[in-house]
Amino acid sequence: MDALIPYITEPREDTGVTNSKICIWLFLASEIMLFGAFFATYIVLRLGSDSWPRGWEIQNVPLGATNTVVLITSSVTMVMAWASLERRDLAKFHRFIGATVLLGGVFLVIKYFEYSAKFAHHLAPSTSAYLAIYFTMTGLHALHVIFGMGANGYFWVTGRSYWQSGEQLLLVNRVENAGLFWHFVDLVWIFLFPILYLM
Amino acid sequence: MDGRHQGGQAAKTAEHGSHVEHHEEIGFWRRYVFSTDHKVIGIQYTVTGLFFLFFGFCLMMILRWQLAYPGMPIPLIGSWLGDSRAPGGVMLPEFYNELGAMHGTIMVFLGVVPIGVGGFGNFVLPLQIGAADMAFPKINMFSYQFFVLGGLVMLLSFLLPGGAAQSGWTSYSPLADINPGQTAWGFGMVLIITSSLLGALNFITTTIQLRAKGMSFWRFPFFVWAQFVTAFLLLLAFPPLEAATVMQIMDRLAGTSFFLPAGLVVSGQQMLNSGGGNPLLWQHLFWFLAHPEVYVLILPALGIVAEVIANNTRKPLFGYTAMVYSLIFLGFMSFIVWAHHMFITGMGSGMATFFQTTTMIISIPSVVILASLLLSLWGGSIRFNTPMLFALAFLPMFGIGGLTGLPLGLSAPDIHLHDTYYVIAHFHYVVAPGTIFAFFAGLYFWYPKATGRRMNETLGNVHFWGSVIGMNGVFMPMFWIGLAGVSRRLYDGGATYDFGPEVASLTAFSSWSAWFLGISQLPFIANFFWSLRHGEVVDRNPWQSTTVEWQAPSPPPHGNFDRAPVIYRGPYDYSPPGYAVDFVPQTQEA
Amino acid sequence: MDGNHAIDIDRTVRGFVVVFITLLALTAVSVGVSYLHLKEWEAVTVALIIATFKASLVAMFFMRLLSETKVIFLVLGVTVAFFLVLLFVPLLTTMDRIRV
Repeated sequence: MDALIPYITEPREDTGVTNSKICIWLFLASEIMLFGAFFATYIVLRLGSDSWPRGWEIQNVPLGATNTVVLITSSVTMVMAWASLERRDLAKFHRFIGATVLLGGVFLVIKYFEYSAKFAHHLAPSTSAYLAIYFTMTGLHALHVIFGMGANGYFWVTGRSYWQSGEQLLLVNRVENAGLFWHFVDLVWIFLFPILYLM
Repeated sequence: MDGRHQGGQAAKTAEHGSHVEHHEEIGFWRRYVFSTDHKVIGIQYTVTGLFFLFFGFCLMMILRWQLAYPGMPIPLIGSWLGDSRAPGGVMLPEFYNELGAMHGTIMVFLGVVPIGVGGFGNFVLPLQIGAADMAFPKINMFSYQFFVLGGLVMLLSFLLPGGAAQSGWTSYSPLADINPGQTAWGFGMVLIITSSLLGALNFITTTIQLRAKGMSFWRFPFFVWAQFVTAFLLLLAFPPLEAATVMQIMDRLAGTSFFLPAGLVVSGQQMLNSGGGNPLLWQHLFWFLAHPEVYVLILPALGIVAEVIANNTRKPLFGYTAMVYSLIFLGFMSFIVWAHHMFITGMGSGMATFFQTTTMIISIPSVVILASLLLSLWGGSIRFNTPMLFALAFLPMFGIGGLTGLPLGLSAPDIHLHDTYYVIAHFHYVVAPGTIFAFFAGLYFWYPKATGRRMNETLGNVHFWGSVIGMNGVFMPMFWIGLAGVSRRLYDGGATYDFGPEVASLTAFSSWSAWFLGISQLPFIANFFWSLRHGEVVDRNPWQSTTVEWQAPSPPPHGNFDRAPVIYRGPYDYSPPGYAVDFVPQTQEA
Repeated sequence: MDGNHAIDIDRTVRGFVVVFITLLALTAVSVGVSYLHLKEWEAVTVALIIATFKASLVAMFFMRLLSETKVIFLVLGVTVAFFLVLLFVPLLTTMDRIRV
């Protein structure tokens, strides 16, 4: 049945893209609007408040900065995973995609420590508008990290079987799209970090 | 729907890729329940959507008893509702609010959008662009399943201890942060929004990528353009409401104060939340979706009406190019008008001017489209079959709805009219004798393609006249009721106010018209099911139409076309000079 | 693969390393500036300018938006426009209120 659908691995001539490439960008467009609503919330609540904490008063800036470096590095390993597939180097692909998943895990572990420390000091979403938006935005972002790790982990595990069953192009395609999602997750954090930690 | 005997033939002659033999039995569940075929999914969406439309209508028919005869026990079913909803058969105010809120929610999100986009869009769009299916058939199936799940959550919420959501379909905070039923509403909305987002991804990708050879954008039927723009509205406008819903759920479950200011007193008790929230923020995020949402409600309808009119006037649509540009401009503008729903929230004159201006500007493309449809009738050989009757009635009904929106879009008159029955009349005219009439036109029109049989014309005419009279009977009086000063959502319809007595007879008339309108739907329901077995059998193109879906068998098999279509001309080559027949299909070369 | 068949993968990879180092440097700068405990609006301006620049690098190079097709650019352009509307119009409306 799927054989009836064209442009899965080959791009359509006049648009220059595959179906999944357009689809992932459209999905990212909707995610821009989703996070946009939360950024709008942050702006309205902060500018409407009498007092709003400076980021460093509540957050552990070095820990947040570390997480930023972790995610940026994971973006590099992700794009290198794709580049390895373009170069048809399956071994390098495995190393890089594995590194991406692990770095995602490191991010989540650091987030776990940050959240635990807050709860230990009785700082919860219900405590203030700042904490409400902090927990909600970083929580939603973390859910995206988990989802991305799931997708990347799936390719880590199944990469070899794609290769051996003659579906290389499909794998390259899918990893590229998973990469776009992962870069977006990094991109959101690039804004979240200064907004919540440094202002 | 039964593609079994056509499947093998179609599969053998399919051109692209390797084909799949359909001799193997897929089994009932994979064929009819867990199908990835866009036609099956389209029918699933339509039937499920029609069920929800009927359910939402029933909620209103019950509600309107209380408006017509405040404080009187509901006849027939009053005793079934139980003491928590209607002790002694008299509706409680809380139950009245549930009926109102869920009527709106169900009609908009579980009725109209699933039928217009999920139903008509899914079934017709791939066929009209000459594709074998949607780009992502499995995602299509998931989008239907999310819709059903969301619908179930909404239905089951009536059984919750405090009842279903009862804070209007608009769920304004702070009330929605503390009222019963809202958490379920929120979860239901998240599921429904997910369904729409998945659908939007599919529609846009399919339209851009899977159109047949020769099907350029300017050869699309207007219906395809309408669905394409609608998909963008869904894609970009729904996420902010999803975000807002998550925040409202967090206010309820996690004790946050996104939308709650400090110092609220509820039932004499001081609330202990942190405060710092803004109730207007909810309104902004809600209406950021809900305004484009009303264009999601009308655009597919405009698409359907355009197809039915072109076909039944036997001439090309007037102003097709202007209509398409208007559609795109309308889609864009729809994102910057939303706060005309918020004129009385204390907005200053600067922003009020901004939103009033954009709202006036957006009426221009609407008028261009409506005028083009009207002008398309001029000089046509009009066939008055049932789809055309509904399409023709749509035009003045949508006209009334649109024109009565103008005083609401201007901030000064809106001060008097906001939240009155005038508003209810305005938007129902656009959606009820507007969109729903268009849906009826589309159902009668495409029923032969989906089933291989026609619906009965006599029953169709009875359905039509009953509906036209019923719709106008329900909603026309509401303009007067609203101008008299009656607010919406009042438990007694305004009976205890000064203006109460003068509008009581109008209110009762409206209710009786609603019950008459309900009865008028019975011929349609009967016709729908009876014709499945006994309707006149038709071939591929019973309406002698130019668009590509009529080149496929009725019903089309899996994969749709015997051969991948090639497109040689525009969508409305009706009555071209020099031809013996009064139409040339898009797939015909010479 | 998509329409970019002719990409020189080695040049692209070298580009990734340059972008990576730039991103690390910019992160260090924005963190360093935060220790200066600037006034609120100053801190916001600096942080957002740096963040926007970093995000552009990720989008242009890691997501290879620079070499993407018109279709994608159009979709993103429209999205960014609505994103900005969503970000600023509610604020403007809240600020432009009737004051008694």
